[in-house]
Amino acid sequence: MNNTMTNKRNLIDAQKFALYAAMASISMMFAAFLSAYIVKQASGNWLEFSLPSTFYLSTVLVLLISAVLHKTKSFINTLESGLYKSGIVVALVLSILFIISQYTSWNTLVDRGVDLKGNVSGSFLYLITGIHVLDVIGGVVALIISAVYAFIFPIHTHPEKGQKFDLVVNYWHFVDVLWIVLFLFLMFYK
Amino acid sequence: MANTTIYEEDVLIKEQGFNDHFHDHHHGDKYQTNFIFHYVFSMDHKIIARQFLITGMIWAIIGAAMSVVFRMQLGFPEESLAWIKPFLGKWIEIDPTTGMGKLVPEFYYALVTMHGTIIVFFVLTAGLSGTFSNLLIPLQLGARDMASPFLNMLSYWFFFLAGIIMFYSLFLSTGPFSGGWVAYPPLSALPQASSGSGTGMTLWIMSLTFFVVSVLLGGINYITTVLNLRTKGMTLWRMPLTIWAFFVTAILGLLSFPVLASGFFMLIFDRSLGTSFFLSEIFIEGQALDRVGGSPILFQHLFWFLGHPEVYIIILPAMGLVSEVMSVHARKPIFGYRAMVYSIMAIGFLSFIVWAHHMFMSGVNPFLSNFFVVFTLIIAVPSAVKVFNWITTLYGGNLRLNTPMLFAIGFVSMFISGGLTGIFLGNSAIDIQLHDTYFVVAHFHIVMGVAAMFGMFAGIYHWYPKMYGRFMNETLGKIHFWGTIISAYAIFWPMHYIGMAGVPRRYFSFESFDAFKHFADLNKFITIFAIISFALQLVFVINFFYSIWYGKKMKTKNPWGANSLEWTTPIEPIHGNWPGNLPVVHRWPYDYSKDEREFIPQHIPLKEGEIGDH
Ligand code: HEM
Ligand SMILES: [Cu+2]
Repeated sequence: MNNTMTNKRNLIDAQKFALYAAMASISMMFAAFLSAYIVKQASGNWLEFSLPSTFYLSTVLVLLISAVLHKTKSFINTLESGLYKSGIVVALVLSILFIISQYTSWNTLVDRGVDLKGNVSGSFLYLITGIHVLDVIGGVVALIISAVYAFIFPIHTHPEKGQKFDLVVNYWHFVDVLWIVLFLFLMFYK
Repeated sequence: MANTTIYEEDVLIKEQGFNDHFHDHHHGDKYQTNFIFHYVFSMDHKIIARQFLITGMIWAIIGAAMSVVFRMQLGFPEESLAWIKPFLGKWIEIDPTTGMGKLVPEFYYALVTMHGTIIVFFVLTAGLSGTFSNLLIPLQLGARDMASPFLNMLSYWFFFLAGIIMFYSLFLSTGPFSGGWVAYPPLSALPQASSGSGTGMTLWIMSLTFFVVSVLLGGINYITTVLNLRTKGMTLWRMPLTIWAFFVTAILGLLSFPVLASGFFMLIFDRSLGTSFFLSEIFIEGQALDRVGGSPILFQHLFWFLGHPEVYIIILPAMGLVSEVMSVHARKPIFGYRAMVYSIMAIGFLSFIVWAHHMFMSGVNPFLSNFFVVFTLIIAVPSAVKVFNWITTLYGGNLRLNTPMLFAIGFVSMFISGGLTGIFLGNSAIDIQLHDTYFVVAHFHIVMGVAAMFGMFAGIYHWYPKMYGRFMNETLGKIHFWGTIISAYAIFWPMHYIGMAGVPRRYFSFESFDAFKHFADLNKFITIFAIISFALQLVFVINFFYSIWYGKKMKTKNPWGANSLEWTTPIEPIHGNWPGNLPVVHRWPYDYSKDEREFIPQHIPLKEGEIGDH
């Protein structure tokens, strides 16, 4: 993407804008899932079940990820290379913990008899949280790439890196907020 | 006189243009060095536009040929089709005693399904908006290229991949998907539902998923480019209507295609993971299925939430092209420029809240239907504004009736005809009779199929010199236009009549229905014109490819005397579009027949007291 066209008169940062557009798309996708959920629920034959407690843990994890990344971003400006690298690694570990916490929640649900193929309410839960985990995996890949860059290139040699990393951080904030919305939705629209 | 003005204009860009230092470092041309990266994996928007166009044309020929085959079955059910057996193989069944060849009914459905899918998505979405958004957004805005040429290239290749997968599915021994272009469950959700529902549907859904990715990548790029890379002086209100149309189209795509993707994910879950989002109380060969609790209507909602914006994703670019072509060849400013922009936006907005008009007969609550009736009928208002403005633009103009102009006028004719039938269908009570009949087929083929094709043809004939540096042949172009408009009306007007009589769409044969037998002659008539119109499109294809090498050469930069910036670029296209500075814009693009000048291009500075915006 190095040959991205630039024009000195750019009104907004093109890459950031493209990211926002992509977020709008992803949001529409989830809006569709949630509307389908509401419509289906209203038509009956709907199994109610309580959410596994590990979902609360997931929520704490996303809050931590966002906080850590927010702080890490500032280490670029202050050129604190060590803190910058460790910030990325901590976020990476937290995000993998998030995936594990989701997986654990699914297992708990299956043990309680709510499986993918049973009632549609269960299917929806796996669908929605599953697709969200795919988005998280996308974020993990982006973090791994950031980590590789951070460890190979000295922090001051790459003025653009800050911008790129900013995109990663923004994407993570989005995924995190998305999780919180989904979690609240699943909690209140049983 | 023409030559001197052009010379002056060059000097103008050189002296007063905007220097973005594009040509200072030769980064632009480095990937143009070999054939593969120049023509195949090109990142130049002008090459990508041509890639979209030619791929779209290939698909159009395939899709249209399919319709000829199934029209033959409908129009001449008693004639033998044995002669197409060499092409279709086992899909033509030969009766051993009479030697009579018939289309296998399963394959008839597959053909109808593929025809719809291919034309709607590959031809009228990718082929139309892919081609012209790519070609015109940077050129008309005064940009060097798209915001991200790389994503742009990916967008084409995802489309290509989608095409390859769909093409492969045509050759499956079980046939391609055959449940209709709308892919309603259960036919799409249960692999065992019909022969096309197995592998055929798996490939259909894979192909369209890649297609969605292509549309999103393209759309993100178009929006970013429009907002970010306009040259100096190109305010939003100075953009040509083409750009406004592509811009709103891209927004519609970005917001509606993801919803289709959601529907696809749920279908994939139902097909492969055993969920029942869309399935309930299904019997297959007398056996009750244990998949219960879902609802097929849910899919219809998700599909049409995309599906209705999608029809505007198809028609808006055509509207933009027509507005531009019409203003240039009428030598008159477009009438009501701002009203045109606002109606594009209104149509875009309303298109999101009318989807259930496709479901009046699917068992949705009739009270709910009322809302959708009202919103649907309101769409007629901005549509009528646009039609009024096109006609007023023509009125009193100094019309050049060349091929692009004829197609632009033909577009308006088609859009009026098809729009009016839309108003019938938008009434849920009348829809009880008309739903799923040939009336609907006639409605959407005229308003979307033919009208959008006409917009595309207007665009191709008009911008052909910009793409290939030569003109297409006018005589062949006129034959193409008059032949096509006559056969299009001959095909689709009778269909309204058949539809009002209640003849259902998607039926393989009407021979066993007494009520519909007497339409046999009309069906023959339609089929004959379908074949004629197919032949006429071949005239276009021949004209297109012949002219690439042998067409009349473009000798001046601005052969039509148009105002928009693409005509200030060199005849021989270069990377970065303008050899030196970028043109700076001083006025809106529709200063035609003003101050005793026939046209005043956008980069000509304003005279004292003159206003640049309208
Ligand atoms: C005045 C504006 C329009 C109105 C009120 C209108 C209304 C309708 C209605 C109510 C239907 C459903 C009929 C049924 O299935 O029973 C329909 C079908 C359709 N319309 Fe329109 N329409 C309008 C313009 C358009 C335009 C501009 C396009 C495309 C460019 C379009 C494309 C379609 C398509 C593709 C279908 C059929 C889809 C299918 O069932 O396969 N319509 N229209
Ligand atoms: Cu519609």
